[in-house]
Parts: sequence; C-alpha cells; structure tokens
Amino acid sequence: MSDFFTEAVLIATVAGAIRLAVPLLLAALGETFGQRSGVLNLGVDGIMLLGAFSGYYTVLKTGNVWYGLLAGIGIGVILGLASSLISVTLLAEQGISGIGVYLFGLGMSDLLFQRLVGTPVPISKFPKIDIPGLSDIPWLGGMFFSHSVVVYLAFLAVPAAMFVINRTTFGMNIRAVGENPEAADSLGVSVSRVRWATVTIGGTFAGAAGAALAIDLGIFQQNLTNAQGFIAIALVYFGAWRPLGVMAGALLYGFVNSLVLQFKTLGIIPQSWSDIAAMAPAIITILALVIVARRFRAPSALTKPFTRGT
Amino acid sequence: MATVGNARRSSYLAYSVPVLSVLAALLLGAIMLVLLDASPVEGVRAMFDGAFGSGDALISTALKATPLLLVGVGITIAFRANVINIGGEGQMVAGGLLSTALALALGDALPAILMVPLVLLAGIVGGAIWGAIPGALKAYYGVNEILSTIMLNIVAVQLMNYLLRGPMIDPGEIERGTRIPQTQRLPEAADLPLILGNDRLHIGPLIAVLAAIFAYILLWRTPLGYRVRAVGQNPDASRYAGIPVKRTVVLALTMSGAMAGLAGAILVFGSESHRMVTDGSTAGFTGSAGFNGIVAALFGGLHPVWTIPASFLFGGLLVGGNALQRAVQVPSALILALNGLVVIFVVSTDRYKRLLRDRASAAETAARLAELEEANSVSVAAGANGSDPPDRAEPPPEGTGAAEGRDE
Repeated sequence: MSDFFTEAVLIATVAGAIRLAVPLLLAALGETFGQRSGVLNLGVDGIMLLGAFSGYYTVLKTGNVWYGLLAGIGIGVILGLASSLISVTLLAEQGISGIGVYLFGLGMSDLLFQRLVGTPVPISKFPKIDIPGLSDIPWLGGMFFSHSVVVYLAFLAVPAAMFVINRTTFGMNIRAVGENPEAADSLGVSVSRVRWATVTIGGTFAGAAGAALAIDLGIFQQNLTNAQGFIAIALVYFGAWRPLGVMAGALLYGFVNSLVLQFKTLGIIPQSWSDIAAMAPAIITILALVIVARRFRAPSALTKPFTRGT
Repeated sequence: MATVGNARRSSYLAYSVPVLSVLAALLLGAIMLVLLDASPVEGVRAMFDGAFGSGDALISTALKATPLLLVGVGITIAFRANVINIGGEGQMVAGGLLSTALALALGDALPAILMVPLVLLAGIVGGAIWGAIPGALKAYYGVNEILSTIMLNIVAVQLMNYLLRGPMIDPGEIERGTRIPQTQRLPEAADLPLILGNDRLHIGPLIAVLAAIFAYILLWRTPLGYRVRAVGQNPDASRYAGIPVKRTVVLALTMSGAMAGLAGAILVFGSESHRMVTDGSTAGFTGSAGFNGIVAALFGGLHPVWTIPASFLFGGLLVGGNALQRAVQVPSALILALNGLVVIFVVSTDRYKRLLRDRASAAETAARLAELEEANSVSVAAGANGSDPPDRAEPPPEGTGAAEGRDE
C-alpha cells in the first residue's frame, strides 16, 4: 500500500481520473441537452462506438489526430440527426429505439473494423500540452495542467453548457419544451425544432466522446466503449440534469476507474478483487439514482413524444 | 363493397408494417453486402441454407432461438405492465450463475429426474431476483427501470467474471495454468435431456415454447395477467380499482427476469461443453440474447405467442450470419447491425401501424353504418372512406406505444 502514496503514483492517479472522465463527460453533457428537452437518447453508446471507429480509422489513414476527432464529430452529427428523426419526428418509443441505435453501432463498428482493419494497429495519441506556468506547480501541475487539448476542451464545455442552458433563449426553450411542451408550443416555440437541435447536439458530443476515447487509448477493438455510453446516460440522472452535477459524476467515475487501474498495476489488489471493484461504479450509480429520484425531479416531459393537438 | 375493402386493406397494411420493416432492414443488409464487395445473392443463399436449409440447420436455429424466445417473452410481460426491461443480459447471467452454483454444490448427489428441474428452477430464481431489484427500485423509489436494468447488467457481468475466474473456476484450469474463465464440467445428471433421438437437440426449445404459451395464458386468462395489463394501460385507474399497482410492477419485472434467468440456465446446461463459460464480457456468455430478444419480442408485436415464430426467424438470422461469414467472409457482426435497424424501423413505424389500424376499424364502422342506412334506402356514400377514426381507447399515458401491439 505504501507504494501508492508516492508523488508519482498519486499524480498519475489524479491525472488518470481526469483523463478517463473525459469520454463520459462529453457524452453525458451532450445527453443533458436532450434530456432537458424531454428526449431520452439511449443510443449514445452506439454513436460513441461508431465515432470511436471513424476517429480511429481516420487517424490510422491520415496520421492526424485532429482529423480523427473531426471524423468522430461528423459521424456524431449524422447519427444525431438520425436519432432526431426517429424520436422526434417519427415519435418512436424512446426506451427501445435507442437500443436499436446501440445494436446498430455495436454491430456496424465491429463489422467495419474487421473488414477494413482486421488486426488492431496502434495509432498516435493526442499530444500533451503543458500550460505554461501552471504545469510547473508541484503536484497540482502534473495532476491538472498537463493534459491534451481535448481534456481542457471537455472541461471548458461544462461552463459553456451551463451558460447555454441557463442563460440563453435557446436554453430557456430547451427547458420549457422539456417541462411543458404544450405550453411552449402555444407560445410559439417549435417543440420539434428544439428537440431536433438538442438530440443532434447530444449525438455530436457522443461522436466526439467516442473519437476522444479511441484516440486517447490509441486503439480500437470490438465494443471499445464497454457500456460507457449507458453510464453517461445514467450520469445525467446522477447529476440531476445539471452540467456541474454531471461533471462531478464523471470525475467520480474516472477516479474510481483510475484508482482500480493503479492498484492493479501496483499489485496491491489481485485480479479477483478488481473484478469486484469494477462493480462499484454501477452499484454507486444505482444508489445515486435512488437518491436523485427522491430529491430531484426529472424534466416532466422526459421520454414523452410530443404531437400537436392530441 | 368498396368500403369493406378499404377496411380490410388498412387492416392488412397495419399488420404488414413490422414485416415491411424487417424487409427494409434486410434490403439495407443486401446493399451493405454489395458495398463490402460480397455477392448479396450468394450471401442470402448461404444465410438461408445455414439457417433453414437442412435438419441440422433447423436444429441450430431452434437452439439459437431458445434464449431469444424466453427473453422476448419476459420483455413482453414487463411491457404489458408498461415497464421496459433492458436487463435481459444481466438476468440471464444471474440465472446461469445461480443454477451453475447449485449444480456444483449438489454434485452427483441427485438423479437427473430431480437435478434437471432443480437447476432450471435455480435459473428462474436467479433471474427473478435480478428482475425484482429494478422492479422494487421503480415501484418504491421511483428509479427509472431502463437505467437500473442496464446498470445491473454491468454488475452481473462483473460478478460472473469474478466467480468464474475465482471461486467457481475449473480446478483444472488453475493446475494447467491456462486460467480460462469457466467452470468444470457440470454434473451429468443436470444435462438437459436430448429429444427426437438427436445428439444436439435438447428440451430447451420445447421449454421455451411452453413458457411462451404459459405467458399468454397468464396475461390473458388469469386475474393476475389482467392486473398486469390494467396497470400498464392506466396505473391511476388501476389504483382506484383497488389493484396494488406497486406490487404488480415488481411482480411483472420479477416474472420478466425469471424468463431470462431460465434462458441463462438452459444456455449452461444445454451447452455442448456443459460448463458455464465467459470471455470477460456479457456477450461471451449470452451471445447478446438479452438484446436480441428485444428484437424478437418487438417483431412478435409484444405478444408471447407471436414471439415464437419471431424468435425462430431471428435465431435463423443469427445462425445464418455465421454461415454468411464462412461463405462470403462478411463478419457476422452485420447481423447485429441489421437487428439494430429492425428495432429502429419497427418502433419508428409503430405509430403509423396504429394509425392504419384505427383507420381500419373506422372504415369498418363506416361500412356497417352505410349498410344499415342503405337498408333504410338512404344512400350515404360520403364519410365511408373513414378518414376520421372514431373514439378509440387512448394510448397508454406513459407513451408505451409499442405495448399497444396486438391485443387478444
């Protein structure tokens, strides 16, 4: 255990927690938009997987990590638009249609990977950027200020999402549509347009999250996300539909995962323990869901498709 | 008479919507084959031969369909109570683990006639527990069951990894140092009996079909089933009518999980190796049947009996996918992607289907009225097109559109 309390390991653990939180944070922030407007998009994991594959494949072919990230974002936009069509315009049952998107993404990313790549080849990762001055601070510098640009951008997206949801007209429309679509509609807010926008934002973030994950790991494999997209959806509940809460949840997840990883590498806990420890996040989430369900109220129109004049 | 024809046409159209959805998905699959430089004709033929082309193929398909059917029936039961059970994967694992643990504990103590029912019962109990947890969390704490069942899938797979790598691992794996996460060969008395003199076909498919019929009788011929459907249609009215809504929700998810748990036990004791095996992911044990069962249930119109042929079809698709991989070197992951498309198409067209059905019954009513009025020698042809549906039951308040499926 004493191996753990060294400067290098502690810094690596916290830095790892932040790094591992990024895909979850991105996907969950995007999902927050959809859920605040009343749409539960369960397809996040499928979009992440396709975003991850397209990001990986683009970097493999071009060698440029930024093209990879853009490819992930592009796939996210397309699948976000498709998800909007399914849940907003065609009014599909949201608890099921998202599972369809998930299965499609899971199968399709695997199919493309086997067909186009075959054996996994490592790709280049995002370069680390040391923030001048701040990264030299002992301990804290290594923990917080020596990450890739994607990490900084993901955390900057939190205040941006807060601003959009709480301080802009668009954000007010999102909240109105999520709480009382009939009233919003009668005041001239287009419910479907707002929801198309939020679900597409969610898809975009999910695509980016997938690409960020694949390029951060430098690899792709079947089911790379390992249900992280579903965890991201749960994190939105965990964070009570608020970006700050979502960020706290993502960091908690990242921290637990990073801790387990460090313990495993240092041999503090045997493999069998780490299987048990891997249950912890899901169990914590279930407990958090209980607490959130008691204390907070979900957007009233969540999972309810809206049609005019019914 | 034209109007009666109208009614009939709308009605046929309504029932053909899910079929058209599947055909559309398969068409996209064929296009994908072309894009992947594989011959779609050869691919489809390989799939069909692999799934339905011979007696052996049919047996493979029946075995593959078994967990889909059980999970699908379970999903149907939950859906009728307006509860969405995405936890089939975890419930299958829980059933598989509990039944395996029981078989390991009992060893060769009991004869097959007791052992087989006991391990299957253990599977049912394991799945029921894994279904009761999200049921209770939903009923008493208001926790969204979609999320809790997904989280319990993750918990179940880690539990399986822990148990199969540790306490339940085959001692031989440790001696040899191979450490494949699997149990030892389970007691022979627990092997599912083979039927029809075949060396692969066991009683699993039969049990699944019986379970589907049982679920049908339960849902439509018993007071309990009536309560489940009443709660699904209108929880508030049910509460006024004195139905214990919360308990019914828990019970529906418990029964739903029990079906998946039974599927897990059948997977273990009907497997060719007669062990419980994993590869570290849920799919390693379940073959994603917990998700594919959703597809079968949807295609079966969320009706237990219609889920029987639907499961057989999708079981065939999965078996055919493996043949496809061998014949034209297209990864069988294609089938998973197509299943996703089927789900998307079926739920996206669900409202359209109901619209057509409403229109069919409206046209029929209009036609009857017209006949009556004609008998009174008043010709009223107008309105017989029946574009205006009469007042029909409102869809359930929670928007479980698909749950409205086929009644009766």
